[in-house]
Amino acid sequence: MAEKPVAQFWRKIRSVYNIVGTHCKTCGEYYFPPRPVCPNCRRKGELEEYKFKGLGKVYTFSVVRQAPPEFKRQVPYVIAQVELDEGPRLTAQIVNCDPEDVHIGMRVRACFRKIREMGGGGIIVYGYKFEPTMKVTGHNKE
Amino acid sequence: MERDVAIIGVGMSKFGELWEKSLRDITLEAGMYAIFDSGVSGKDIDGIVIGNMSAGRFTGQEHLGAMAADMGGLAGVPAYSVEAACASGGAAVRQAYMAIKSGEHDLMLVLGCEKMSDVTQGEAINTVSVATDWEWEGMFGATFPALYAFMARRHMHQYGTTEEQMSLVTVKNHKNAQWNPWAQFQRPVPLEIVMKSGLIADPIRVLHSSPVTDGAAGLVMCSADLAKKFTDTPIYILSSEQASDTLSLHDRRDITTMDAVVRSTKSALKESGLEIKDIDVFELHDSFTIGEIILTEDIGLTEKGKGGKLVEEGVTEIDGKYPVNPSGGLKARGHPIGATGVAQIVELALQLRGDAEKRQVDGAEKGLAVNIGGTGGTSIVHILGR
Ligand SMILES: [Zn+2]
Repeated sequence: MAEKPVAQFWRKIRSVYNIVGTHCKTCGEYYFPPRPVCPNCRRKGELEEYKFKGLGKVYTFSVVRQAPPEFKRQVPYVIAQVELDEGPRLTAQIVNCDPEDVHIGMRVRACFRKIREMGGGGIIVYGYKFEPTMKVTGHNKE
Repeated sequence: MERDVAIIGVGMSKFGELWEKSLRDITLEAGMYAIFDSGVSGKDIDGIVIGNMSAGRFTGQEHLGAMAADMGGLAGVPAYSVEAACASGGAAVRQAYMAIKSGEHDLMLVLGCEKMSDVTQGEAINTVSVATDWEWEGMFGATFPALYAFMARRHMHQYGTTEEQMSLVTVKNHKNAQWNPWAQFQRPVPLEIVMKSGLIADPIRVLHSSPVTDGAAGLVMCSADLAKKFTDTPIYILSSEQASDTLSLHDRRDITTMDAVVRSTKSALKESGLEIKDIDVFELHDSFTIGEIILTEDIGLTEKGKGGKLVEEGVTEIDGKYPVNPSGGLKARGHPIGATGVAQIVELALQLRGDAEKRQVDGAEKGLAVNIGGTGGTSIVHILGR
């Protein structure tokens, strides 16, 4: 994994830096990651680029304590499925809060962070993580 | 021309961290045992299928079809290699089933193998994560256990499933594995130890998770008319079905259900003319114990959300109403990725033949196996009968 070529990440920069996905004009569904084909409409679908607002809530999450070498320095970290306000879910880290305070339903917003290094001497990948929209105190559940 | 398909021989290598054995050694071992068990000779075999996920990354070797044929001294025989992540073994069984059913092949050797202990733990974690949607999940730090933790967390949230119930699956499967001579962990483990084992991806602990395993499994399969020539106890494949779902977990409608399992099980039952209550023994994909809980619901042993109760009430014990994973499952038999789907069928065949010794399910006549690829992107279901 250490020698992953740059192009694999460069191709996705628009999506991964700005949460750009797709919206189907035929059925109205939003997609992130962007899809080349709308699964609802297939050839009748008409997809356009859509920049998500970057707001959503935690749908489910885990605290990763055993990670591959590229993430070892971040352990323990919170990884979650975030349900975006437009509908789709994506997988991202939750930062700027205590892992103990993360809960299902917590409101979060996107922030721009370093995601990982691709091994020693490999490129550094940047992109989205999410943080609580409000300063969390205690263990309040929504 | 559609023909019935039979299993006439089964074989296994030992499962475990086998430092002294290579991918070739274990694959040959399983294949030879299956051939000896069936009573066929090399000249009877007209095709080989081998299931494997990532030998290229785990050992640096691909082109496993030719490797398997060559190692067995069968270099003239056509050999196919198939991959469907953790369902690669089930995919191999299904490929052979389709080839024999259609009449293209008559008698085939089916293999599944994975050699995982030749790489470091970090590289093993990275390699296993290729079974996820690597670009949109693994890439952002979602490890394979973390994705099953996503399912577990939702299952607990929506249905009140408990850590204790997830741990009871481990206790049951370890208990069963003590009677399985090929299993990686042939010893029971107490509930307290499971519940205090280290967290790897909350709420999943190390003892809720299948281990790193080297191993291979083999079958000899043929058309039903040929089977009688070689054995008095052929086991028939009554149905073989497969379904797909989205590659990534975040695109699923509901992450507490595997729609591909629901679909493939329904078709397999329909194809064989059976209902789920007619099945006597089950091998279900428990790469993480929450997986077994979800699958017992998705195949219809209980309603959605009650899978935890099922294990708590002992229904899935060997002497329970619906015995699940008498082999020890992926948790305790071990999970050499590409071998698992074949090993499940080996176990069911032994159970239906009455050859499962101390872990025998009394009078088992019908068995069902579910083999999952990734987090449910592939589901392969086989129903066997005597
Ligand atoms: Zn559409």
